[in-house]
Amino acid sequence: MTKEKFIKRFFLFFALLSIFFLAGILFVLFKEGISAFGKINLGGFLFGRSWYPTHTPGEFGILPLILGSLLVTVGALVVAVPLGIGSAIYISEVAKPGVRDVIKPLLEILAGIPSVVYGFFGMVVFAPFIQRIFDIPTGLTAFTASVILGIMALPTIASIAEDAISSVPKSYKEASLSLGATEWETIARVTVPSAMSGISAAIILGMGRAIGETMTVLMVAGGAAVIPHTFFQPVRTMTATIAAEMGETMVGGIHYQSLFAIAIVLFLLTLTFNIIADHISHRYKKKMTG
Amino acid sequence: MKRIWILAVMLLATSVFAFQWPWAKKREGQLTIQGSTTVLPIAQMAAEEFIKKHPNANITVRGGGSGTGIAALIDGTTDIANASRPMKTKEMKTARSKGIDPYPTIIARDGIAVVVHSSNPLSKMSLDQIRAIFSGDVSRWSDVGGKNEPIVVISRDVASGTFEVFKKLVLTGGKVRQDALMLASNMAVATTVEKTPGAIGYVGLGYISERVKAVSIDGVIPTKETSASGEYPLARPLYIYTNREPSGLAKSFIDFVLRPEGQEIVDKQGFVPVR
Repeated sequence: MTKEKFIKRFFLFFALLSIFFLAGILFVLFKEGISAFGKINLGGFLFGRSWYPTHTPGEFGILPLILGSLLVTVGALVVAVPLGIGSAIYISEVAKPGVRDVIKPLLEILAGIPSVVYGFFGMVVFAPFIQRIFDIPTGLTAFTASVILGIMALPTIASIAEDAISSVPKSYKEASLSLGATEWETIARVTVPSAMSGISAAIILGMGRAIGETMTVLMVAGGAAVIPHTFFQPVRTMTATIAAEMGETMVGGIHYQSLFAIAIVLFLLTLTFNIIADHISHRYKKKMTG
Repeated sequence: MKRIWILAVMLLATSVFAFQWPWAKKREGQLTIQGSTTVLPIAQMAAEEFIKKHPNANITVRGGGSGTGIAALIDGTTDIANASRPMKTKEMKTARSKGIDPYPTIIARDGIAVVVHSSNPLSKMSLDQIRAIFSGDVSRWSDVGGKNEPIVVISRDVASGTFEVFKKLVLTGGKVRQDALMLASNMAVATTVEKTPGAIGYVGLGYISERVKAVSIDGVIPTKETSASGEYPLARPLYIYTNREPSGLAKSFIDFVLRPEGQEIVDKQGFVPVR
């Protein structure tokens, strides 16, 4: 066997290994989760409004948890998308090299802070602040969690969007500028649209970060399993529920299985997001090249 | 190319963990303690003192909640489970079916204090009022003689033994109101009550400080004395569970906790000694 072939096989092995892990995780997830539906009916699970898993008889309605997750994620995107894309544009198109070399690593430090630190900050500093300025009963709300998650998703969105924007061929910009477009027109009408597939991928990845984040929301979202009516009330997400309750459950029990079923719902949601993102980025690519 | 290297390194790291695991699980001189966040401060400090005397012992102390600790004992991933409630019959059954024979040792007694923000004018409440607040019958402080403000009800996650005991003693098994905040540790409850003017929550005696106000229930102030005498209605024993009667390192650790030095730690952390 030639060295070339050996190296190829070697990396093929690793690539297959990660697929193997994924398959294993999915297998366990579905095996444990599906069996919950022998005991809970699917409609009652997805649309039930109360979650009392340890009560007798247990109630397993996860609608408040699904809505909690979605609300917090949407909120996080409202914070992170403009900030993230704005900083990406600034870093790649506007900033002088000296400034860029300072800002970019600083932004990346945000990604390196452990989520429990964000959670602690949110709980001790940010939530009381929110409670005071909005004069609401508690600062542990969907809004608080959204802002913190937004900050956490910011580096993901900014750095991927920045990669996308700075990889737009120089000729595009030069062509635009030579036609008399201003810098701003070039950025808004040429550079950013050309990088749209990468930017949308960045947004979706940021969304994945927000919806999957666990520790922070467990600490700052308040954790009330009710259908949310406003941003300024405590909510409970699917991830926080799994994290807080998995330790308590009896392996193989209905509560245990229902937590896996929540994980399936979460998985299907993120999968849908990813498929949509893939679709969008392909469409943009086609539009740009064809 | 860079990505490939990162991937390779990550896989290498995972495989190192995977290979190490069976050995790491049961090494001589190794003791894993997990469970109740109420018992956690006692366990941590006792472990620190214990290690000073037994420098070869390697003790890991983790929280997670009583349910988590008991589940870990049943799964064989911890040697000692701390619990702020007795094991449930269902847990006993599961344990037996897996060949685990849980053995309880009471190491301290504790009261569950109901705490409110330090600015709250109320300092006395009845058990019925507290039940009405936590069950959702009452939602404003003015309904129980306080200010005309909404009540922020703070409860614990279902893995918490404090939650189980509170639910049993206060709500007599009923449901906690749906819009109650769910926080994952005693510390989180104490911090949140401290920062939230309209809040009411419950914590173990060890978490009472001058930053929150513990209310008296039916005229009895939650203290070590009233909890020990049984006067205070929300008192409970704290347990350490082992598989069978403790032996080896687990035995020396539990003996240490029950000796005067250990009980002094119990006292210092704000709980009631049992010896």
